[in-house]
Order: sequence, then structure tokens, then C-alpha cells
Amino acid sequence: MSAQTELEILAAGAYASLQDGGRRGHRRIGVPWAGVLDRRLMRLANALAGNVEDAPVIECFEGGLQLAARGGAVKVAVAGDATLELDGADGRRQIVPWRSLTLADGESLRIRKLGGGRIAMVAVAGLAVPPVMGSVSTYVRAGLGGVDGRALAAGMRLPLGADHAYGTDRVLTHPPAPDDRPIRIVPGPQADHFSATALDALVGGDYRVTAEADRMGIRLEGARLEHAGSADIVSDATVPGSIQVPGSGQPIVLLADAQTAGGYAKIATVITADLGRLAALRPGQALRFALVDAVEGARIARAAEAETRSLLASIRPLPSDGVDLEALYTANLVGGVVHALSAEYRPLY
Amino acid sequence: MSYRILDAGDAALTIEFGRVIDPALLAAVNALDAAIQRLQQAGALPGVIETMPTFRSLTVFFDPLATDRETLLAALQPAIAAAEHGAPATGRRWRLPVCYAGEAAPDLAEVARTLGIDEAEVVALHSGTDYLVYMLGFLPGFPFMGDLPAALRLPRRAEPRVRVPAGSVAIATGLTAIYPWESPGGWHLLGRCPVPLFDARRASPSLLAAGDRVRFVPVSADECRAIEAALRSGDLDPERWLDADDDTRSTTAEDAA
Repeated sequence: MSAQTELEILAAGAYASLQDGGRRGHRRIGVPWAGVLDRRLMRLANALAGNVEDAPVIECFEGGLQLAARGGAVKVAVAGDATLELDGADGRRQIVPWRSLTLADGESLRIRKLGGGRIAMVAVAGLAVPPVMGSVSTYVRAGLGGVDGRALAAGMRLPLGADHAYGTDRVLTHPPAPDDRPIRIVPGPQADHFSATALDALVGGDYRVTAEADRMGIRLEGARLEHAGSADIVSDATVPGSIQVPGSGQPIVLLADAQTAGGYAKIATVITADLGRLAALRPGQALRFALVDAVEGARIARAAEAETRSLLASIRPLPSDGVDLEALYTANLVGGVVHALSAEYRPLY
Repeated sequence: MSYRILDAGDAALTIEFGRVIDPALLAAVNALDAAIQRLQQAGALPGVIETMPTFRSLTVFFDPLATDRETLLAALQPAIAAAEHGAPATGRRWRLPVCYAGEAAPDLAEVARTLGIDEAEVVALHSGTDYLVYMLGFLPGFPFMGDLPAALRLPRRAEPRVRVPAGSVAIATGLTAIYPWESPGGWHLLGRCPVPLFDARRASPSLLAAGDRVRFVPVSADECRAIEAALRSGDLDPERWLDADDDTRSTTAEDAA
């Protein structure tokens, strides 16, 4: 009888957790969706690994995650601007992201560092982790999902189902280009709780991501946003993307793990299409906002979806090993190379 | 009753019935929420993911790829118009044990001092009132309940705590709550409730629902510990604390201890 095939976490890096499309339907009892911070990366990683699009993935921040196949071969795929290293039977070598890769029993893969954004997704073919309240997404605060409700840690072993299939490896030869356009926001729901000039101030200058930036939200620093009266409202619902402004006048953008209700006035909301891009910004990075209305936000969502679908459709079987794959698309990763050469960043966790 | 439609990005909108805490607003929120659930079950609201009822507003989460703002608002219009005539939700009634003593009640003495009444009076006032569960939020299963008697009204603590223990029964700004999880928090801690408010293994993970009514029953520290032990060993079902009006099971803490 063969041993159970597992993926062992050798190191979790800055922060890594199991996430899927999220836990829907329970906001009314205070349970946030959780789920991946960037749906497009999840969908691409899963398509590369041959999974359904919203299968659970390992979402990791910065470099340091290291995974090993135990008890059999494991197919993995990395979406994100990552520098990867494979420790295999024939030594150590660099691997490019945006492809799947079958780790033989005992081989390990390490994300050395991330370039253009601080988030990458690792899909694992046939990962078999039971959902909690409809989702595998880890929500640490209430111990839901993932492995016993916890973030990934060295020594954890993720089981693979008996039916994990090993088809041809796949590749995305033209990964999404870095996008540093302004983050688009829809005014409201409480824009009228602010002074007449507050929205102009929000879109008028640079904001900077502070060290307080995790799966719950990102605290920004920049022009002070003045309330018309008190910063407090009678608590109402928050959404992923809500920009709440406490008395300090400095905005906080809420993300997937944020509380479902809040008592600070919310000046605007980041559109769904731009939320993943915002979440991937590093502490210290600058950003700008631009105003759109809700209808325009929905049009952008449809355009972004069409773009994601064309990326998914462009995924193709990997030419058999030995083809000069690295050369084939190093040419397409100029943006990534530039980012990798930028000043070394020290993660704040 | 007037209402406003507020955008919460491209994938949610909020129907706001007012800006204050008022059971009449809650009745409208709950009526609209129930109407939307009926429409959803009838398949009349494609693209709606879920709703989030709060004190005074209802937020509708939708998939902007599956519907759009105008279509959704047109489909919701009759339900919104009817909501103002909504009757208060008929929730369940609970009698939950609370230990108001010792380390379970770290802020009791200070609250009594600030309010100028003695500790026994704080406990008598807090446990002598029926509370309405206005909404759940902040943390999974966290109930915002009111209204506190006027004599117990205080702003939040000037210095929020970094760690509030799970089970803490707390008051602030006219409301009372129970922390289902250890978390940071700025409310005043008057006691400890041993009954778990959230359990993902239950069909309904949250013990309480918006519209429920809660009364607190003082128990001693020993009783509180005995209840916790019995709950841990699986000898007690949290539903035993449903009020006898709703359920024939015994509700006194003595039985548990």
C-alpha cells in the first residue's frame, strides 16, 4: 500500500495561508468572506495546475515559502512575479513562475522573493482540505478553515486526494503586465460625512502604505481627510474595499478578513477590479486614487473579467522539457526583471 | 419612512432607513431583509450574493458581472417601499448566565464609581433589562444589544484593551455585548458569559440572531465554571438557555451547576 501523498510546508515565509474564493453567506452573523486577496492570481494558478478556478490555493506574502512533495509526486503552479528555486534530484535550479511543475517525491520548491507585488498564489493539484462553513479559506481570528483555522507553518502537511491527476504541465507565456495606474474608487457610502474638500484631497495626491497592512486592511498615510462632524457613525456594513476614516483623518482600506461592520464613516469604496492590485502594494509604496461612479466601476469589472478570461484561454501545454522555456519568456518578463532589481525590501511582519 | 440608496462600490449598495439606533428602523431593516430572502428563494434576484442587516440599514452584496445596479434597484423597489410597514422581528428569547464577580468583571468597580452608584446596583440594572439583539458583526457571533438603562450609559473606554477575553460581557454607548472571541476592544467589561456564542460545527453557527431578545441571569464564579465544564464535556446544549416561553427545557443555571 502506497503512503498518502502530501505537500509539506518546510517554511511559511512572511505569511502564508490556504484561501479559496471565500466564505459567502455569513456576513449577517459577523463572518467575513476571507478568501484570496487577488482572485485573478488564484484563477490563473488553478488553471495552470489543472484545478477548477476557485480551488483552494496557498496565498503567500513576500518570499520564503518552501514546499516539498512527500509520499509521491505533487503538481504545483505559481502565479505571481516570483523568483523560484527547485531543489531536485539533479541539484538546485531556478524556475520561472506562471507555469505548473511536478515535484517528484522529496523535491522541494522555494519562493525566494517576489517582484512586482507582495502576493503570490501557489495552486496544488488535487489538494484535499475539507471546507468549513462552505469554504477552505483560513480566517484566523475565528479559527475557521485552512489547517485547524491557522495560518500555514513549517511542519504542516497538506493531504492530496486519491484522484489528483497528472496531466501535461501548463504555462502562461504572457503573464499580466504590472499596472500602476491609480486605484479607482466610488464615492460613498458616507462621503457626506466629510468636508466638501475631502474627496478632492483623497484623489489629489499620493498616499503611502504604512507598516499596518495585512489581510484585514491597509492603513494609508497622506493628506488628512476632514470629517464634517464626528468620525463616528452608528455601525453599518463594511465591504471589502471600504475606505473608512477614523478621527485621525488617515484612511484605512478594508480587505478580505476585515470586520463585517464598522463605526467609522466610509468616504469611498475601492472597486472590485482594483482591490487585488491594492492589496499587493508593499509598506512604503505610494499610490493614487481616481474617482469613478458605481456604473463605471461595474463596466471596469466586466472589462477586467474579459481580460482574465483571455489570460486563462492563453494557457497552453508546456513544450516537453528541454525546450528553452526560460529564454522563451524572459523576454515577456522585462517588468518583472526591473522589479527584481529594485532596492531590497525588508518585510514588516 | 424615508430611505436613501448609498453606493458601496461596484458590488454592493446600502438601503439606509435612518442614522440612529431605533427599534422602528430595525423593524424596517428586518422586513426588507426577509423580503429579499423570499425573492432570492423564488429566483427573482439573480446576482445577489447575500445581505447584511444592521441597526438602521441593509447592505446588498451582488456580483456586478451577473446583474447591475439599476436592474437590482428596480427589482428591490417594491420590497423597499413595503419595508416601512414591517413588524418587529419575532426572535427567540434567551436567558444567559453571567458571572459579575472577581476577575470576570475587571471594570465593574470603575463603572460603578464613574456612574456614582454601587456595584450591586450596576449588576441589578444590567441583569434586570430585556435586550434586543440589533445586529451581529464586528466579530463572528458578536451581538450588538440594547438598550441599556439610562443609568448605565457610558462612552467607550479612553484606552481600548489590546486583549479582551472571550466571553466578556461588556457595555458602551447605550449598548451591551458579549465578545465571542478574544480580541482588542474598547467596551467596559462587567462580567463573563460561559455560553459559547459561535460554533462552526452547528447548523446555525451563531447562537443569537438579529431580532432575538436576551436577559442576563447572574451566577456565581463557581456556577460559571461548572457550566463551562459541562459545556466542554458536551453535557450541555447551549439551546437550554432559551427562555421557557419558547422552549420547555429548564433554564436555570442551578441545574447546570
